[in-house]
Formats: sequence, structure tokens, C-alpha cells
Amino acid sequence: MSTVIQPGRTPGTTTPAKSAAASGTRLAVRRFLRHRLAVVGLGVVVFFVLFCFAGPLVYSTDQTHTLLHQVNLAPSGTHWLGTDAVGHDELGRLMYGGKVSLIVGLAAGVLATVIGTLWGAAAGYAGGWIDAVMMRVVDAGIAIPALFILLVVSAITTPDLGGLVLILGFVSWLVPSRLVRAETLTLKNRDYILTLRAIGGTHARAITRHILPNSVSTIAVAATFQIADAILLVAYVSYLGLGVQPPATDWGGMLSVGLTAAYSGYWWLILPPGLAIILVVWAFNAIGDGLRDAFDVRGRG
Amino acid sequence: MTADQSPAAPAAGPILRLDDLGVVFTTQSGEVPAVSGVSLSVDPGETLALVGESGSGKSTVALAAMGLLAGNARATGSATVAGTEVIGAGETALAGLRGRTVSMVFQEPATALDPLTRVGKQIAEVLRNHRDISAKDAAAQAVELLRRVGIPEPDKRASAYPFQLSGGQRQRVVIAMAIANEPALLIADEPTTALDVTVQAEILDLLRRLAAETGTGVLLVTHNMGVVADFADRVAVMYHGEIVETGPVEDVLLRPSHEYTRRLLAAVPRLSVAGEDVPETAPAAASSAPAQAEPVVELDDVSVVFGRGRGAVRALDGVSLTVRHGETLGLVGESGSGKSTASRVALGLIRPTQGTVSLFGTDLARTRSRARRALRSGIGVVLQDPVASLDARMTVGECVAEPLRVHRRALSARDRQKRVAAVLDRVRLPRDVARRAPRELSGGQRQRVSLARALVLEPRLLVADEPTSALDVSVQEAVLDVISELQAELGFACLFVSHDLAVVQHFAQRVVVMRAGRVEEQGDTGTTLLRPETDYTRRLLAAVPVPDPVVQRSRRAERLTTLAAGRTEATA
Repeated sequence: MSTVIQPGRTPGTTTPAKSAAASGTRLAVRRFLRHRLAVVGLGVVVFFVLFCFAGPLVYSTDQTHTLLHQVNLAPSGTHWLGTDAVGHDELGRLMYGGKVSLIVGLAAGVLATVIGTLWGAAAGYAGGWIDAVMMRVVDAGIAIPALFILLVVSAITTPDLGGLVLILGFVSWLVPSRLVRAETLTLKNRDYILTLRAIGGTHARAITRHILPNSVSTIAVAATFQIADAILLVAYVSYLGLGVQPPATDWGGMLSVGLTAAYSGYWWLILPPGLAIILVVWAFNAIGDGLRDAFDVRGRG
Repeated sequence: MTADQSPAAPAAGPILRLDDLGVVFTTQSGEVPAVSGVSLSVDPGETLALVGESGSGKSTVALAAMGLLAGNARATGSATVAGTEVIGAGETALAGLRGRTVSMVFQEPATALDPLTRVGKQIAEVLRNHRDISAKDAAAQAVELLRRVGIPEPDKRASAYPFQLSGGQRQRVVIAMAIANEPALLIADEPTTALDVTVQAEILDLLRRLAAETGTGVLLVTHNMGVVADFADRVAVMYHGEIVETGPVEDVLLRPSHEYTRRLLAAVPRLSVAGEDVPETAPAAASSAPAQAEPVVELDDVSVVFGRGRGAVRALDGVSLTVRHGETLGLVGESGSGKSTASRVALGLIRPTQGTVSLFGTDLARTRSRARRALRSGIGVVLQDPVASLDARMTVGECVAEPLRVHRRALSARDRQKRVAAVLDRVRLPRDVARRAPRELSGGQRQRVSLARALVLEPRLLVADEPTSALDVSVQEAVLDVISELQAELGFACLFVSHDLAVVQHFAQRVVVMRAGRVEEQGDTGTTLLRPETDYTRRLLAAVPVPDPVVQRSRRAERLTTLAAGRTEATA
């Protein structure tokens, strides 16, 4: 609320005009970079993306054939992380499974955020009984555990990759919708939206041009948490044997397979996928925290 | 009050003395000096007003005197309260001082009180913080304090929660807390800014009475020159963190010596009062608006009810008003009088429960959505809050161009830019602000951007809802000048909503006074505000403090006798 006193009738412009828009972004970036954990988290995510998608080009392994002559080998020079029960190289498998985990996690997280954002913005903007009905639907959805729905669906059909993304997206959009609705409620009574409505602007314009851009911080933060959640959910279902089916796998599936051999002391089948899940989920959460701090300055103005 | 516990004020000398006080804030963009070289003193029983515009550092001085500066502030120089040095003092020493020797009244009574604690208990807590008395005695004293600050039925009100009290009563409770331990110094930071004028007058009366009764020194921080004239003995004018002029209130307000004080006083809109030597018709443009020009917007017997059932609130009750082509209609009233609701009904943002609204001769209720939107291209809107009025994520140019994007979709980007540049010229902003973000502009500049956006479609009606009440007086004057000049040039009608009678008197040709959702009276500004017909308008006008201590003193006396007469009449 700093109203600088203007001695003259027409206040001149003192700061250079061009740097205006850029400085806001730069400030946000600086805020993000100051958040150490978020930077580390970003590093971890970049590392795993490179590891899973570029890694196989450098370190190519056979992940389709069963090689019974090299089953359950301990880590060595030829197999850095050893091999599993059917002779697949564990390091290569980590890349192979990670691809599925990351793709499904990212896609499902983004899908959930998109659905949640649209639903929440519509409910909050419409208000009244429409809002009440839409949010009771969300309440009902939250009352049923997502994992339960996932298990029921997986028991009925065996979803492929796309199916998994759809299911995960449709069970986890509820939390972002609540966040975006809350944001919309505060934004829709801002003076600039009232002004737009008074001069005859449409509802669609108010939502797409003002409410959504101004909630982008909430949306982005929610998205990172959704991605982390989705990666974890894929791991759950796969661990229970209901996710992607062999020979394809993901980190949760690898963990499940490895745990059957836990008493044999094959630690290299458990630790790597377990650590990968923990690291990536933590990294996305840290990025979310960093984004929240970074966006804070932009929003205030 | 027990004698041995009374504050240890020295027998003579000022109760507050600031000597070469400087405050520097450390922020992301480096060191920002807020206050420098401030020296002043307040004697017991004296009221010193610290005036200045926003950003002048007056609140910072008040906080420094309490030792309440934020963590990123660094104070230099000296500030002594009753002989105790505040700057550099430890937290325990300060805690012993605060609430007992010096206490503070803040601007916003709604946030100064704990919403979940009964007011009597909150006052008792202040008492028990500094004195060793039983809970029962403290409660009894709290009731006594409520009686002193003029709360009716204090024994019952002591068990009320803050939300059950009106804004004025809440501020009385805050004052009761501030005087609970009979402080030697009271610091009041804009104590009446959040209140209506009639309530403001009562609170000022109360503060004046308390200061006189107990010999408390008062440091009054305000931007309102009328309040200064009404209350202060001496005045210190602040500008850019420094005191530019100090002196007795008559000297500073009537014979200012510093250039800045002169400019500041010249910018304050003065309420012309009957009996004063004033020109008969205040707004010059009054004659230029033909009395029977075509109505631009017309509210006919409009009622608005919010909610339903027992919780329903009747915000407007049978309101009829007309704004004609080329004229400015001032809509005044206290908070809750329904003036903003009326303006929103005129804009079509609120559907009337009853009655009709016609815009440009078309009944709004009978138009379909597309036609109604087209009709609305003839409206421009400027709202109160300079921060919330512009989308922080757009550039100024995008904000101004928005109406063009809504109503002139065929316009090419080049033409749009041309129109934006032209309208920025009109509101006297440099063209290159179009590429800047709203947050880089000052409040006055932002309101001019809002005005540019309102005018870019060359509307036939401008609705301005308190467009300048968040601005400093000098900026307010500039913004109002731009509006009236453009009105003369473009000939739009203007519905001007304001709580500031002085501004309306200068700016509007006709005025509608609202009270509790009804139209109390309406007519030409010259006659209605100089010779009001209803008691309410008369009371409202009498409560407005004028920035002339001599005139204000006689106005106050007059108002108090009228009120007293009214009271005896009521009891008789």
C-alpha cells in the first residue's frame, strides 16, 4: 500500500520501462533458487529423467529375454546393480521401470490438476447451488479412498499404460479442485473482475483471462504434489501386482518382486527401486515448496 | 486506581521526546531510509498531531516511539518516554513501559481486538498485565472503563464479543484498553480513519475529554487536516521522512510557512458551510448541464434484498434516482447506507429484487444477455481500491485494452495500441507506462490507469465508486481534475459514489444522500449541502471537520449544543 507522493501534477516515470515484466520473472526465479531444497529437488528430477530416458542409450541392457544363467547375481563389474530373478540387469531395469513410473506419474498428475482446476474454477465462479452440488461431489469422492477405487478397477480389468493414467487422473483431481475453488472465491470479487463484468465482459473471459492466470501459483504447486502422489500411487498398485503387467514394469513392481527375495539377502533388488521412489517423490514435493515461495512475490504486486 | 502503581512520570518536562530520530529499513533492494532527523516533544496534557501523506514516515515515528518497529528496521538517535530511553532498550524494559506509561490506539478497531475474547476480559487482561489485582477487581474496573469511554450499559456490554459491537463501539473499547493503566502518553495512529464522520466526531470528542481529564499527552498520527484542526494543539508536518514544519495548530493550518504544507492544505477539499462567505453555487459546471437532459441511467423504486428468510437484509428500499447526460450525480452516505449497492444495481451487477433499472433508455431486465453486454459497452467503471482494480498479471497496456478486446474484437493490434496510447495521453500518463506492470505504479497512477480503461470505449456513463478515497489529498485532487476535464471534453454522465461530503460538494452538480438503504434527500449540491432539509444530512454535515481550527472550534460547539438539545428533547 505504498502510495508515493507526487509533488508535480503529472508524475514522471523514473524506472526504465523495459525491464518491468522481466524483473518480475527474474525475481521469482531468484526466490526459487534461494530455496536450496527446491534446487536440489529439481536436480534430482532432472537426473532421473536423464537416467531413465537417456540412460539406456549409454548403458543398454536386455530387458525382454529371460536369462537363467545369470539369475540373482550380486553387483559386480558387469552388472553394476546385479541381476534379478529372471536374469535382467537391475540397473537397466531401474531405467526401464522408471520410464513407466515417470510417464504415468507426470501424465496422471497433470491430468488430475487439469480436471481439478476446471472443476474448482467452475464451482467457485458459479457459486450458489451449483457450487454446493459440485463440491458435495468432491466431498463424496474424497470420502472414498483413491487406492480402493484403483484396486476395484484393477480387479475388474487390467489397464494398460493409458488406462492407468486415466484412472489415476480421475481418482486424484479432488484435492486440486478444492484448492482452485478457494482461490477462485477470493479472486472473483476482485475489483478488476467486477469492472470487466460491469462493462459487459463474458464469464469465460473472466475465468480464462483473470482467474486462472492469477491462480497459476496454486495450480503449479498443486500439480507438483499431484505428480508426487501419482508416482506413489502407481508404485502402490504395481506393488500389489495390479499395475503394469510383466515383462513391462515400474519401480513399484520391481520393489514387489524384490521383496519376495528379501530373506535371501538380495538387497540390490529392494534398495534401488525403493530409494528411487522416495527420492523422486521427495524431489517433486520440494519443487512444489520452492514454487510456492517463488510465486508469492508475483501475486502480491 | 491504586496510587502506588501510578506510572512513574517525571513531574516536569515533555512526556515524549524524540531527538534526531532516524529509521532505516533493510529490504531486498537495499537500505531504505524511512525517517531521518526527526525531533519533537509532547508535553503532558498536550496533543501533537503528526501529519503527512502516505509514505511520509509518520507511522514509523509512532512505532519507533513505542519500540514496536519491525525486525528489519534500525533506529538511530534518541526517543525517550517519561525519561526512559526506548531505542536500544531490552524487551523486558519495553514491556514494562507499553500499556502502562505509553499505549497505542490503532486504525482498524476490527483487527485490534481478539474476536474470540469478550471485551471486558480483554480490558481486564491489560489491567492485570501491569498490576497485581484480583480477576474480580479487574473485571469491575473494566466495566468502569467501558462506562468512561461512553459505552451504554457497560456491565452488559463487558460480556459482548467484538463482533457484537459497531465499529465506533469497538474503537471505544480499544481506547478503554489504551487508557486502562492511565498512561502518561497515548499514541493514536489514524484512530478515526476507518470510521464514518459522525462516529469520528464522537471518538474525537471522547479522546479530547480523556486527555483533558487525565492530563495525558497525545501523539496523533493522521492524514486528515480536519481531524488535526479539531483536536490538536500543535502540529508537525512530515514529508519524505523529515519534519518540515512544526508549530501551534492555528499557525500551521492558517499561516503555513513551508511550501509543502501550503500545497498540502491547498489540495484538501474544503466543505463549504452555510454562514461562511462562500460562492452560492460551488461546482462551476452546474449551469452547463441542462436540467432536463435525457436520463442515462434511471433507478425506479428499486429494492434489493440479500439472503432470504429471517436472515434477509434489505440493502436498498425503494430507491429512485436518475443520472442525466453530461451531469455528475454525487451519491453520499455513511458505510452501510447502500450507496455502493445502488451503484452496482445501476451497473447491472446486482439484480434488483423489486423495481426497474433502465440504462440508456432500455430496461435492463428485459434485455437478453448479448444485447445487455452490448449496452454495457457504454459504461466505464472506476472502483475504490487502486491495487485490486488492476490485474497484477497484466501489463498496464493490456489492462487498458481489455474493454477493446471485449467490445471491438475486429480491431487490429496496431489500432488497439493506438487507442491505448491516446487514452493514456488523455489521463496524462506517459505512453510508456503501457508496458509496465501495475505494481510499479503509485496509487494515483493506478487510479488513472483505471480511468483510462473506463474511458477507452468513450462511454456515455462513468460510474466511480469512491475513486479517490484510498489516495492522498494531493493525488486525489489531480485525479478528480482529470475526471472533470475529460467530462467537459467527452460529455459523459457520472455517477460518483463517495463518503466524503467535501469532495462531492466540489465535484458533483446534484447529490443524493442515502441512509440505511433509503434516499434521505436529493437536490442540487449547492442547496442540499448548504441548506439541508433533513436532520440526518444536517448532522452528517456538522460532523465533517473542516481544516480550519477557528471555524472548526465553533462548529464543534454548535454541533454539541444541537446534539444536547436533541437529547433533552428525546428524554422529555
